[in-house]
Amino acid sequence: MANPLRPEVVRLYKNLLYLGREYPKGSDYFRARLRAAFTKNKSVQDPEQIKAMIARGEYVAQELEALYYLRKYRAMKKRYYEE
Amino acid sequence: MSGRVLVGVKRVIDYAVKIRVKADNTGVVTDGVKHSMNPFCEIAVEEAVKLKEKKLVKEVVAVSCGPQQSQETIRTALAMGADRGIHVEVSGKDYETLGPLQVSKIMAALAKKEDAQLIILGKQAIDDDCNQTGQMTAALLDWPQGTFASEVTLDGDKIKVVREIDGGLETIKINTPAVLTADLRLNTPRYATLPNIMKAKKKKIANVKPADLGVNLTSRLEVLKVEDPPQRQAGMKVETVEDLVGKLKEAGKV
Repeated sequence: MANPLRPEVVRLYKNLLYLGREYPKGSDYFRARLRAAFTKNKSVQDPEQIKAMIARGEYVAQELEALYYLRKYRAMKKRYYEE
Repeated sequence: MSGRVLVGVKRVIDYAVKIRVKADNTGVVTDGVKHSMNPFCEIAVEEAVKLKEKKLVKEVVAVSCGPQQSQETIRTALAMGADRGIHVEVSGKDYETLGPLQVSKIMAALAKKEDAQLIILGKQAIDDDCNQTGQMTAALLDWPQGTFASEVTLDGDKIKVVREIDGGLETIKINTPAVLTADLRLNTPRYATLPNIMKAKKKKIANVKPADLGVNLTSRLEVLKVEDPPQRQAGMKVETVEDLVGKLKEAGKV
C-alpha cells in the first residue's frame, strides 16, 4: 500500500507494540490482538477513515499509559502508605 | 533561579516482579529478572523535566551508579526529557556493597563538579528501602533538604516545599542550592514512549569512574543473611469465649 498515511500507521503500530510489552495479560496476547485489529482494516483506503482509526489507536495508547501508571501508583500506595 | 539539576536514578528490580531469595541466603535473585527505574526516581525525573519546561532550570542531568545495565535506566530518563546522562560505573563486588553512603558521596562530588543548583532524588528505592541517600547528600554538601516533597515551588532563589509527614503536610522554605527527595504524590511521571526513546539516542551519556571523583566505595556494612519473611500461620476458629481463653492460655499468652 503506497498510501501517504502509511508511515503514520506504521509508527502507531510500533508505538502500540512497544507499549504492549507490559500488558497485564501478556505481551503475546496483546500482540495477537494488535495484529488482528490492524490486518482487519488493511484494505481501507479513505484517508478520513484512516485518520479516524489512527486517532482511535492513539487513544488506546493513552489508555495503556494510564493503566500502567495507575497500576504502579496503586502498588506503591499500598506498599508504602498506611490507610 | 536558572541552572543545572542533577537527578539520581536507580536501576532496581521491577516493582511487579515477585522477589525470590537466593538459595544461599546471600541476597535476592537478580539474574534474568526484569529491572526498571525505581518508581520514586521516575517522579524525581518528571519533576526536574517539569521545572525545565517551565524554564525555571536550564539543564537536567540524569545520574546513575551501577554496572553497564544502568545505562538503560539513564536512557529512560533521557527519553522522559533529561538533557544528558552521567553513568558512574560501579560493578562487581563494589556494586554489591553500594549503598546510600557511597552514592551520596558520588552525588556530592558530581554536584560540585557539574555546578548543580538542585539535586532531586526519589525518596527511597523499592529494593533496599533505605530512604537515606537524599539526606546524606545534603549533609555532605551542607545544603538544605526538602524530603518527602509532595509539592515544589521555586520562589526566586528559595524553594517552597510541601512535605508529607506523619502528622499531615508541612510547608518549608529553603535556600538554594538544595536537595529534594520526591514522594509519591509529587507528580504523575510521563511514560517513556518509543518516539521519545528514539530521540533520546542522540543524547550523550558520559562515563565516569568513582575514583575520578575521588570517592572511596568501601562499605561499613556487611550483609549477613537475606531470608523470606516468616510464612503467615493459618488462623483458628473457636466456638466460645471460654475456648478462646483456653487456647490463649495454652499458647502462653495469658
